[in-house]
Amino acid sequence: MRILLLPTVLIALAASLFSASAFEIEQHKVFPAQQESARLRIISNSDIDIFAPMVEAFQRKYPGVSVDYTVVSSTELMTALYEENQVFDVAISSAMDLQVKLANDGFTRPHSSPVAILMPDWARWRDHVFAFTQEPASVVYSKAAFAGLDVPTSRQSLIATLRNHPDRFQDKVGTYDIRESGLGFLFATQDARTSDTFWRLNEVMGSLNAKLYCCSADMISDVTTGKLAMAYNVLGSYALARAAKDPDIGILHLEDFTTLMLRSAIIPVGAEQPEIAGTFIDHLIMSYWSEEGSDYYPYPKLDRSEVAPNMSQRAIRLGPGLLVFQDNLKRQHFLRAWQNAIIQR
Amino acid sequence: MSEVANISGSIRRRLTLQLLGIAAVLAALLFVMVMTYAKQVAEESQDNILSASATAILDSAAIQSGEVTVDIPYSALSMLGNVSDDRVFYRVVTDGDYLTGYESLPETTAPRGQENHQFITSHYLGESIRMVSATRRLSNAAGPVEVTVSVAQTLKRQRETLERISTNAAYLGFGFFIAAALLGVLTAQSAVRPVQTLANSVSRRGPQDLRAVQAPVPGEMAPLVVALNRFMARLKKSLSRSEEFIAEAAHRIRTPLAVLRTQAEIALRRVERPENRAALKEMIRAIDESSRAAGQLLDHAMVSFRTDHLEVKEINLLELADETLERLRPLAEMQDKTLSLRGDVPPPIKGDAILIQNALSNILDNALKYAPYGEDVQVSVATEGKWVVLSVCDQGPGFAPEDMEQLTERFSRGKNAQDTVGSGLGLTIAEEVAQAHGGHLKLSNRTTKRGACVSFFFPQF
Repeated sequence: MRILLLPTVLIALAASLFSASAFEIEQHKVFPAQQESARLRIISNSDIDIFAPMVEAFQRKYPGVSVDYTVVSSTELMTALYEENQVFDVAISSAMDLQVKLANDGFTRPHSSPVAILMPDWARWRDHVFAFTQEPASVVYSKAAFAGLDVPTSRQSLIATLRNHPDRFQDKVGTYDIRESGLGFLFATQDARTSDTFWRLNEVMGSLNAKLYCCSADMISDVTTGKLAMAYNVLGSYALARAAKDPDIGILHLEDFTTLMLRSAIIPVGAEQPEIAGTFIDHLIMSYWSEEGSDYYPYPKLDRSEVAPNMSQRAIRLGPGLLVFQDNLKRQHFLRAWQNAIIQR
Repeated sequence: MSEVANISGSIRRRLTLQLLGIAAVLAALLFVMVMTYAKQVAEESQDNILSASATAILDSAAIQSGEVTVDIPYSALSMLGNVSDDRVFYRVVTDGDYLTGYESLPETTAPRGQENHQFITSHYLGESIRMVSATRRLSNAAGPVEVTVSVAQTLKRQRETLERISTNAAYLGFGFFIAAALLGVLTAQSAVRPVQTLANSVSRRGPQDLRAVQAPVPGEMAPLVVALNRFMARLKKSLSRSEEFIAEAAHRIRTPLAVLRTQAEIALRRVERPENRAALKEMIRAIDESSRAAGQLLDHAMVSFRTDHLEVKEINLLELADETLERLRPLAEMQDKTLSLRGDVPPPIKGDAILIQNALSNILDNALKYAPYGEDVQVSVATEGKWVVLSVCDQGPGFAPEDMEQLTERFSRGKNAQDTVGSGLGLTIAEEVAQAHGGHLKLSNRTTKRGACVSFFFPQF
């Protein structure tokens, strides 16, 4: 996830630190230990601001470990590990399909976690991929733009609303550009897998000349400023945080289904501190799947009884199914169909 | 029947070992079979799901604008993830050209024919994999195109399953072995039981019992039993022949001896010279001894014969003893000895009166012989538990303790009887009679005064 205002200083700093790296670094920070006995190198697509409490909580438990935290986009993370074999001890990403591909293709180490029994089966894969969040794909809307209208409660009613009021929504709907965003692609493919309404919704959004974004944060910002009336498939954890601060925007509760992305962690095969990395992953697992993390866990916690791959809040199952949309041909097909629907002029 | 046999091996041990060996072989066989079968099933189930996956992908192959394209269904790969945690690889090739997937998967020779699936086990990215390849022919404008889809999965799950099954199969095999071993031991025991039964029944027999074995035995043992019976019949025949011979000999000797004794006594009256008289007296004494021995030999032969053909009747021992005493009383009075009888009327016993009288008179004869002049010989009848006891007690020198065991053997005489006439058959006869009636003979010395006791123990009727 890129943040809206990339601190250029940080980029410059990072670029000088990692001048040998070909992948693009967005943020970099070292969380120093009081007395460093080991250094844990994390590559992640979670912003430092949001993720920092997790790292600090870990350092409270293990004061001797300093943490070197590098933020990249999910595709750059893939480049760094899959193509350039960069050395990191833990890789954290919201792109579940890429995490599974790394694990499937042998770029990860196994970790037999003593706390893995806390997790449901679908939240981990092969002792290699461990999920520690559940974040919904949400629809953020501007309350002003929907004034006087019934707030849609399903994709069908959303389609009807958009169709019936082209004047209000022309040029004012936004969604991920799934050609650029790994997360957008994941959400779109899961939507398409679940329901046909996805394609109809895309056609309607295309007819309204939908704006395409790289990142959730940009979309949410544009909804707050009124540039957009609604944004589809925004990362709910960010949206909730913004909606809590800004009374002008709201989040649609679509009852037909809500896709849940699971942010996950892996230990790359080239890790130099695999044992500390395993400890860190156990820490992540505990923070979400037990009561332990209540005071520092930075993401919203869902009521777990209502979440499973087969309910309306459907968590994406970690597993080889995710490899399907990583297939080149499949990906091309999907992108072509998506473009045909959403880019209509 | 002395106790050492030339032993070579044991049927029971051999049988047990053989059955254990068989059980071990069968248990191992069971383990191998279960494992083979489990491996087959595990491989088959993995092959089936790989086939389903490959078929699903193959079905999605189509020609679009002259190009072969595949639209891999989500389920094609997610179904593999539903059953196991294994890594999944796939590849699509058209006419030998790579189209999509993992290009470096192992090559396969294209399976012949449509919808034919070919399975191989190979290695990829450092792990063992099972791979299925399926081919389908499509037609585009330029002609037919062969699309080959390969789907592969690592074998972790299969290995884990097999490990689990192998542990269980090992337990199963071990349990089977233990059960079979126990049954084997029991079987071996029951197989040799008839032999033991026969041995017990033969060794329980009394010394005179040479009847044929009648109890039913297994067919395999029939030759042994037949041989044993024949042997015993021969033995019995030769025994009775020698008894007959002895009886005949004794009988033939007795009459001439009586004549000889009469002649010797007549001669004694006529001779005067002391040395001649002494010689004749010595001669008479020797003749007495010989005729007594002949009498006992005859008695013994009679007892041996009758114990084989007991004439059983109800007997009141007190009456029987009284009769016997009456007959011997004149002889006792000649030696100035008293025969006394004590006891209440005992419970009846079953037995052969002639035999018992014979045995009793032999014992009384002994007692009169060893008792000093003027002493008493006491006969008593009493009941002791299930036994009716007939005792003869004298006031002689008693038995030497070291003799007690051997005294009932034939021709054995006690150490303190060297100077008295006797053949040593009296106690033997008594014991044989007691045993023939299911009882026994007991020798003891009197505790309160000088003398020895001989007691017959007869079982109550």
